[in-house]
Amino acid sequence: MASYKLDQSVKYAKSHEWARADDGIVVVGISDYAQDALSDVVYIDLPEVGDTVTAGKQVSTVESVKAAEDVNAPVSGEVVEINTALEDTPEIVNERPYDAWFFKVKPTDKLDAELAALLAPADYEKFVAELE
Amino acid sequence: MLQRTPLYETHVAMGGRMVEFAGYELPVQYPTGPTAEHHAVRTAAGLFDIDHMGQFEIGGPDAEICLQQLQVWDLDQMVEGDAHYSVLCYDDGTVVDDIFLYKLHSRWLMIVNASNRAKDWAWIEHHLHGYDAALIERSDELAMLALQGPKAEQILQKLTSYPLATVAPRTAVETEIGGLMVIAGRTGYTGEDGFELYVPVEGAVAFWTLLLDAGKADGLLACGLAARDSLRFEASMPLYGHELSPQINPLEARLGWTMSWNKPFIGRDALLKVKLEKPARLLVGLEMVEKAVPREHYDVASDGKVIGHVTSGMKSPTLDKFLAMAYVPPAYSALGTRLDVIVRGQPKAAVVVKRPFYKPKYKA
Repeated sequence: MASYKLDQSVKYAKSHEWARADDGIVVVGISDYAQDALSDVVYIDLPEVGDTVTAGKQVSTVESVKAAEDVNAPVSGEVVEINTALEDTPEIVNERPYDAWFFKVKPTDKLDAELAALLAPADYEKFVAELE
Repeated sequence: MLQRTPLYETHVAMGGRMVEFAGYELPVQYPTGPTAEHHAVRTAAGLFDIDHMGQFEIGGPDAEICLQQLQVWDLDQMVEGDAHYSVLCYDDGTVVDDIFLYKLHSRWLMIVNASNRAKDWAWIEHHLHGYDAALIERSDELAMLALQGPKAEQILQKLTSYPLATVAPRTAVETEIGGLMVIAGRTGYTGEDGFELYVPVEGAVAFWTLLLDAGKADGLLACGLAARDSLRFEASMPLYGHELSPQINPLEARLGWTMSWNKPFIGRDALLKVKLEKPARLLVGLEMVEKAVPREHYDVASDGKVIGHVTSGMKSPTLDKFLAMAYVPPAYSALGTRLDVIVRGQPKAAVVVKRPFYKPKYKA
């Protein structure tokens, strides 16, 4: 059974995105499990700054040698920054999934409830183990 | 029940990610990852388990007469030790399978696609009827490996006294390698120099390990199906089920160079007609002008009208471009033609470019 890296400072969606609340902004990326399942990432179709995103709805697409997969917003809000480094070096998602963030969201007043609905690291670990 | 090659346990032990392919459980990649495996073949060498491919032997006094009819390449151009790509066609000119033929001592070896093995067998048997020729299944006795890349020769040479530099591209020798009697063809499906190796099944695991050890210092990596696909794609070699099918004829697939019109073969009349009337569609190379990954089955459009579809597409690891092969009507097939690939409902600009995307680097 493969073991996946977990970042203890983030919360996880069942669709394998992570969300890190950081000084009023939520940083979003995909989990180690997700990057491993995708295999080598080759392209990421990022949202645009100013886009409004809704928790659980698709925001972006990550393309790997294997497939194109939806990336959902773990929390609602407005996209305030995108990680332009991913345009030329998408492979950093495979190498450092918890550093290679996709976009940052300025959350709404629903943030606390939305974060509460996400999985804590230990719960996500169990969730992934059951998928295997 | 999925079939396994003799190397199944070896792949699992090496951390190969096993997937179903044409009824077989095969590694799509190893922990190194498909991109690294791809680059290894372009710059050093890669080792592939391709034992899912079917290996048929055809022998007997009428073998050559029958084979001449069955496939499109002219066997009169082949001498013992030669190997060549060819196509089996139906009467209507569409493709039964694309194959590789080896003219060995007093027999022929035909390599067929795994997905077509049963179909090909029945079709060939049917056409051998009434001739003094025998079709023999060798797939269970021979394991098939491919050692590909610029360093393939120097790695393989460590295991044999046979002077491999004398083995020309598209020829084969039967010789002792690593203590086994091996058929070594200077052939492949990657666009690089290299060998396809037919070894006795019982020696397959030891031979695989011996090769990996011999090539370790040269950068040899075990490679999975994903790298095999991206390598053949860059070299613009067709893959049955994608660029070839019972609905596609070889002239559409730009395989006219394999057809020997000056001899009879099944499908010749229908294909001559296509040749005179021009094919209704042609295989083209596309390069994305707008960044997007073109994938199989995506529509290709011109001025908002769908005119064709993608058969294979990906980000080319060697060329670092988003590329596709697609079928379009001849009017849209000229180099430089601007087309769109529809990616998740959005038209993304592309342009018709030359195939192959990557010029194969075979030994002169």
